[in-house]
Amino acid sequence: MRIELVKRPERSALFAALSPFLALALTLIAGAIMFSVLGKDPVEALYYYFIDPLREVWSLHELAVKAAPLILIAVGLSICYLSNNWNIGAEGQFIVGAIVGSIFPVMFPDFQSWVVLPLMLLMGIAGGAAYGAIPAYLKVRFNTNEILTSLMLVYVAQLFLDWMVRGPWRNPAGMNFPETRTFSAAATLPEIWSASGRANWGFVFAIVAAVAVWFMLSRTLRGFEVQVLGQSPRAGKFAGFSSSKMVFFAFLLSGGLAGLAGISEVSGAIGQLRPTISPGYGFAAIIVAFLGRLNPLGIVAAGLVLALSYLGGEAAQISIGVSDKVVRAFQGMLLFFVLACDTLILYRIRFVGSSAAKTVEVTQNV
Amino acid sequence: MFEGILITIATAATPLLIAAVGELVVERSGVLNLGVEGMMVMGAVTGFGVALATECPWLGVLAAIIVGALFSLLFGFLTLTLVTNQVATGLALTLLGLGLAGMLGESFVGLPGVKMDYVYIPVLTDLPMVGRLFFGQDPLFYVSILLTAGVGYFLFKTRAGLTLRSIGDNHTSAHALGIKVIAIRYMAVMFGGACAGLAGAYLSLVYTPQWNENMTAGRGWIALALVVFASWRPWRVLAGAYLFGAVSIGQLHAQALGIGVPSQLLSSLPYLATVVVLVLISRNRRLTMVNTPASLGRPFVPDR
Repeated sequence: MRIELVKRPERSALFAALSPFLALALTLIAGAIMFSVLGKDPVEALYYYFIDPLREVWSLHELAVKAAPLILIAVGLSICYLSNNWNIGAEGQFIVGAIVGSIFPVMFPDFQSWVVLPLMLLMGIAGGAAYGAIPAYLKVRFNTNEILTSLMLVYVAQLFLDWMVRGPWRNPAGMNFPETRTFSAAATLPEIWSASGRANWGFVFAIVAAVAVWFMLSRTLRGFEVQVLGQSPRAGKFAGFSSSKMVFFAFLLSGGLAGLAGISEVSGAIGQLRPTISPGYGFAAIIVAFLGRLNPLGIVAAGLVLALSYLGGEAAQISIGVSDKVVRAFQGMLLFFVLACDTLILYRIRFVGSSAAKTVEVTQNV
Repeated sequence: MFEGILITIATAATPLLIAAVGELVVERSGVLNLGVEGMMVMGAVTGFGVALATECPWLGVLAAIIVGALFSLLFGFLTLTLVTNQVATGLALTLLGLGLAGMLGESFVGLPGVKMDYVYIPVLTDLPMVGRLFFGQDPLFYVSILLTAGVGYFLFKTRAGLTLRSIGDNHTSAHALGIKVIAIRYMAVMFGGACAGLAGAYLSLVYTPQWNENMTAGRGWIALALVVFASWRPWRVLAGAYLFGAVSIGQLHAQALGIGVPSQLLSSLPYLATVVVLVLISRNRRLTMVNTPASLGRPFVPDR
């Protein structure tokens, strides 16, 4: 028996809507099997992963804390991927945004005024965008593969952050811990509703960014340009769209949003710079972007799902002793299933027995 | 001293070479598998675990090769049978591999591993200057050289190699000629996976016989860059891998000497060198245009 793809006459709207859910269901099934293999009760494990974190208000706040960077980054990545620019270095842009945004609170801790926070956010955006501009420039100017350059820069950014917090930016009063000084109140991103939990304004930024990018994509000429250049660079050229400008636009936008995510995370959730400031948000956001079908509003939902998996990972570690490493395996599986299910949008799948293959061949030729 | 440095360069270059030569075959068949890092880390964890359990490094190597090939089959099924986007699927393979390996290897952290013995040939290995370098390295070093030679011969001197390259250059014409495009691509992908698995085993059994989650440290990605750098030619991959080996060993020696540059900045040199090398090679558009397999990364659905 073999599998054959039959192209649908037009893309299936049903499967376009259904495929993320199908993928989630398949991931849950695979996850249940994985937990059984690990010797845990699968129902209990899945409960701790995906239901338990949703039962308390403070925990919903944590969900928003984790979802904010994922959504911010993934929304930017959706523009990249739609326009056929493969930025996979969001993790690095996140880190550089966090570093540049932290210049004021770390180097000038006495500068305390209401302008500090807006300045930090702007500098975070600028830092992330500038770091994203490097692969964009190399792609446009030298035709260099942006996948590899953007990824290499992630390692460079991680090492640079490590050096900063152990070297020049180490907290002078921090007993030699590799951390910067903690940010003052003026440099801290406020909580949305501090009476009930920790969620900060980063989540609001994420929602605003998602809606704004959704509007741009679906209602403006620039959004149309993104889609045309992504699907057919040649057609875009005839329409007078510049693909070089699009490369910069996509990278600056996604870099800027990743930078904003970085400084929001540091200023809102962590409160200082440390050697590691992200549990792989920049890479998990790639999964978020695809699970959200590269649609900013879908990405909001997908970001919440991935945030839930992080949160569930912590909960499951405490309650049933499953390692938090399982989360990343989960996330990787999810992306696989999403990509596989997306095939159903354009194709019908048909299982052909070896004897039936011949007849199909004949009828197709007629 | 000088001989010692050359040997360590070879040790740093060998995993890059093995993984890159495997990926070269995959890309020559027109498939872009960005999952090298994931397959490599799976190979590393399998090789380490099996060698630890059986106390036989060769069984570890064998297991790593098999796991690498099987793992790449996941990528093959999605991109070749279900015609998913190759870039996204390769990324998925890397993310899944890193996740799974972290999970599987959790109990290995901190355990002393099994180290593969160096080759010793009486008389030859004891030769002054060149003895250790040519006749006294780890066995996989010789495998990597043979692999490069074998792939070079296969691709450019055999009919099967020509067929594989023709698929990479134009899958539609190859299909029209009756060549089984999908089947051959499956084999190429699995060969690439097996090589990446072997490269991973090299890391956890020879380079640093221990396990930690980040032990591949981007080497799979550097291997991908090497293929571009080598403009899809096996012997140039060898040159590139040794160049990178030299850069990473050079920065380690610089760290040991304490030349006043922070170690983190020195550690980022191999990654920066990758970027620089990619820029230098790809700015020559004609060179890359001529050598890039024309169907690289393009989806293929056979019409009947």
